[in-house]
Amino acid sequence: METKPNGNEPSVLEIRGLTKFFGGLAAVRNFDLTLKQGELVGLIGPNGAGKTTVFNMITGLYVPTSGEIYFNGTNIVGLEPHEITRMGIARTFQNIRLFPNLTVLDNVRIAYHPHCGYTLTDGLLRTPRFSVKEKELTEQALDFLSIFQLDRIYNEVAKNLPYGEQRRVEIARALACNPKLLLLDEPAAGMNPREIIELMDLIHFIRERFDLTILLIEHQMRVVMGICEWITVMDFGQVIARGTPKEIQENPLVIEAYLGKGVTHAA
Amino acid sequence: MELGFLLGSLVKIIAIMAYLYGLMWVLARPSIWIKIAGLIGAFAVVQLALTDINGFRLLNNFDNGLLFQACAMTMVALGLNLIYGFNGQFSLGQWGFYGIGAYAAADITYRWINGDARGLLVLGFGALLGTLVLIGINKWLQRFRGIPVLSSFTLYLIGALIAGVTAVYLGNQLNPLITPFLGTAGEPGPLNTPAAQQVIYFLSVILAGIFAAQISFLFGLPVLTLGSDYFGIATLGFTIVVNTLMVNSDTILPFPEMKGGRGMIGIPKLTTWFSAFFFMMLVIIIMRNLIHSSTGRSLVAVREDEVAAKAMGIDVAGAKLFAFVVGSFFAGLGGAVYAHYIGFLSPGTFDFLAGFNPLIIVVFGGLGSMTGTITATFGWIFFLEGMLRVLLSQMGTEAPTWRFVLYPITLLLLMLIRPQGLLGSVEWGFLKGPEFTPVPRSHPEPAHESAA
Repeated sequence: METKPNGNEPSVLEIRGLTKFFGGLAAVRNFDLTLKQGELVGLIGPNGAGKTTVFNMITGLYVPTSGEIYFNGTNIVGLEPHEITRMGIARTFQNIRLFPNLTVLDNVRIAYHPHCGYTLTDGLLRTPRFSVKEKELTEQALDFLSIFQLDRIYNEVAKNLPYGEQRRVEIARALACNPKLLLLDEPAAGMNPREIIELMDLIHFIRERFDLTILLIEHQMRVVMGICEWITVMDFGQVIARGTPKEIQENPLVIEAYLGKGVTHAA
Repeated sequence: MELGFLLGSLVKIIAIMAYLYGLMWVLARPSIWIKIAGLIGAFAVVQLALTDINGFRLLNNFDNGLLFQACAMTMVALGLNLIYGFNGQFSLGQWGFYGIGAYAAADITYRWINGDARGLLVLGFGALLGTLVLIGINKWLQRFRGIPVLSSFTLYLIGALIAGVTAVYLGNQLNPLITPFLGTAGEPGPLNTPAAQQVIYFLSVILAGIFAAQISFLFGLPVLTLGSDYFGIATLGFTIVVNTLMVNSDTILPFPEMKGGRGMIGIPKLTTWFSAFFFMMLVIIIMRNLIHSSTGRSLVAVREDEVAAKAMGIDVAGAKLFAFVVGSFFAGLGGAVYAHYIGFLSPGTFDFLAGFNPLIIVVFGGLGSMTGTITATFGWIFFLEGMLRVLLSQMGTEAPTWRFVLYPITLLLLMLIRPQGLLGSVEWGFLKGPEFTPVPRSHPEPAHESAA
């Protein structure tokens, strides 16, 4: 199960023996994961299995108790979250975390801050470089918004948007960070079936367009089974299965984790 | 009845609002020459109103004082708006930095006119060396991962102390070279002509701002790691500490010329309308350019959601510290301008209760609104003083007491009616930031074939 079909591709993300204790509770224990360039991998598991904790450790919000995380060959454990983001890992959040009182456009433009192309001095003195780069990044941000069909509402305040649009703004904002690895935490939560289909197409599309590697947490089996190439299943902080969507669907351990013992087939 | 005076105050406030609006409007014009002409015009109009022409002056001494006070307060309040309104860090320390700026600048010019250049030399070298050392340590620390804040703070503190001691040493060594040119208070030397004093005054204002910024860096580094409420209490403590040091400046601090609780007298009154206007516009322009740049957006992002800001690649701790230092710099400038207008500094002015004034102005004008802060400052000062004059004539000595009954009630009513502040998030002309017109886009890349 450890060998992937495109084995000669370099691994973008390699996690070894990742463990996180909260007090005496092991939220994640001995978690391993390898992501190759361009893969779309799902991370699933029942509530409280430790999926989001893994995300928080990859992005530096939590410091792991032990274990290593290699991103393009560099160990990123102990780096500050903003340093990790600047290396090329962007994420969305399970409970949407937009900047609520700012416009949609500003939400996306904030993601340009580390690579805006001008310095603070340029901004204070309003040099030509400031005007050029500022215009450029605004246009780019609008391009992102237009991919997500949000360009018409660029001037709306984020907190007033409907749920589905907020989710799309969050993905657009993560893409504006210019990532190589995108972590999506339950992107389909609270979406209706039509929006879910759109989202699946969108994820496929941005992966091709921006040459991304994507790691996805999702509860909607339809999404996970529909788009992921590989799936890792967690329960109680540990990996209980890995494989293709088909293998996972038939794995008795997974079925047990989701539905409990004694059930013979998945719903 | 002083109804006429009250009406006069009202007219003045309206005129000032129109003046500010016009200034912001003309600065928003695209041509640089129109902007410069607008600035000069705005300066000249008030200068004219303050000048005695055939015994007639549009603005009397009283208004003149209010105007300078409002300019100084605008700088302080804008600094606080940067810290609290834009960056979301509830701070009560602004008044302390205001006091530091006032005393630092006053000390420079007071010593200078009395034939002692050490104030300028020590603070000048301190600003230079201290900034270099702090930046150097900062660059060096960036090589390491995960240094605890208190460790880096200790390093910064040691560096700052070494820089400070060096500055004092250099100041004492170089002082005899300059003193012959200063003369005494009775017989001013060649470096004490009115023009030279203005230059020293401008330098002292900037050095006072830098000094306040350096202190705020050292203070903010450990304290900004506290949560927002705890940070507020810590900064309140800072204001009280600064006030206590002022009261005892001649006993536990080696500054006999500050005269402790009796108040520092004899500060040269060097503030002119030009300097007050210059520094106020400097602060407004720096702040506006900062807010409408990528760094400004990152500051606002920290206010909105720290975790999301981190995930967007923003150095949250750095952004907070940056806003705090810049805000304190503005406060230091404001204090220096105030000190040279009033000519007398008393620790009572920098009492922590008075420290709520900028906070009231910022909240009243609207958090995160520069226009609100500027207009609220001018309105606040003219309204309060106008009220005092009216009440004094009606009630005699009890008036000040009544003022602080009516004033909170007014505030309370306005907060109930407009909780978002007087102007909400409205910005006038220049303060709005660069505008752009988005090109309408077609959707050439339909990602949703199957959605149909």
